[in-house]
Amino acid sequence: MSSPKEVLFSPIFDNNPIALQVLGICSALAVTVSMVNTLVMCAAVIFVCAFSNLFVSLLRHVMPSSIRIIIQMTIIASLVILVDQIIQAYAYEVSQRLSVFVGLIITNCIVLGRAEGFALQNGPYISFLDGIGNGLGYSILLLLVALIREPLGAGTLMGYTLFQSVNDGGWYIGNGLMLLAPSAFFIIGLTIWALRAWKPAQVEPVEYEIAENVQYKEAI
Amino acid sequence: MEHYLGIFFSTIFIENMALTFFLGMCTFIAISKKISTSFGLGVAVIVVLAITVPVNNLIYQYFLRDGALAWAGFPNVDLSFLGFLAYIGVIAALVQILEMFLDKHVPVLYSALGVFLPLITVNCAILGASLFMVERDYTFTESVAFGLGAGVGWALAITALAGVREKLKYSDVPEGLRGLGITFICVGLISLGFMSFGGIDL
Repeated sequence: MSSPKEVLFSPIFDNNPIALQVLGICSALAVTVSMVNTLVMCAAVIFVCAFSNLFVSLLRHVMPSSIRIIIQMTIIASLVILVDQIIQAYAYEVSQRLSVFVGLIITNCIVLGRAEGFALQNGPYISFLDGIGNGLGYSILLLLVALIREPLGAGTLMGYTLFQSVNDGGWYIGNGLMLLAPSAFFIIGLTIWALRAWKPAQVEPVEYEIAENVQYKEAI
Repeated sequence: MEHYLGIFFSTIFIENMALTFFLGMCTFIAISKKISTSFGLGVAVIVVLAITVPVNNLIYQYFLRDGALAWAGFPNVDLSFLGFLAYIGVIAALVQILEMFLDKHVPVLYSALGVFLPLITVNCAILGASLFMVERDYTFTESVAFGLGAGVGWALAITALAGVREKLKYSDVPEGLRGLGITFICVGLISLGFMSFGGIDL
């Protein structure tokens, strides 16, 4: 049994849900255009992930395994409805900008993946921590991407102007690509590269070894 | 007719589910190593989307939206907050039914799609399409065009990516970028390519 500290912190860098387990990328890319949206989204995911793990873990002895997926889906969907209603009530503008992506937390693979892979075998307390840990791991990467995209794309951070843009009489010409879809892919790709350069254990094995080029030696 | 064709083509190219809205990314990245498998998955997604989006549209129109229950004598009931639960339930149930139906009547298709069908329940492209349908307030016929278009667009994108990745595995990629990293960058480039459709107005 791993310690609570390990469960809480290992998903952040060592076993990051996005960079290593390839889970929950959909929303990671879509909401990172602005920092405010990202923060709200991260809070929502941490909440849903932690509580779905808690409830699934509490119910794990009474759930028949043949219908467990449906039960997990119902738990997750109910939690997401709760989050969605709260966001609509207290941050209506953000909820408009997040549009369908709050609802898509239901199909966020991190939530179901952790419920299925961890909460079903472990006690409620440790599962709750695992949910928070994985939510944090997801958030770290999201915040990083948003931290690159918003300042470079619009010259602002959380709505405050960092670089005065040309349109407002300043000097900064916004990088329009950063506000578009492809930049999110590039940034996550490069982040994964950086993470793996730092922690080489995560590098994937090669499928094909390229043979050494011997032709020029033959020519000599 | 033109209007529906417009919705169909703009969901395939301009508002591609995978490349502009990042939906269904997990499966998109995980199952795109071989063209044949990703094409199979693509077909399964088309079938499921073409059925679930119109069905969810009917449920939304006649049960959930504000005042939709007027036919049952409850004109003031607004059940739209139950949407998420209803849509995911419909999707899970339909995928299950489709699986059983194919198993019994079209075994060839079942053995081709079999592995992928259960995966599709948790594919965000399916739920995402239903949520977009609600957000954009599509009518029933529009939702049919939208569902089909979304499926075809997703299938196109995953097949294209699989084509790139089949060639990519022979190339000499820097160590840390190997696998997932380079795949992300490829998807970025494909998505950049699809953006060139952006100026077209249908």
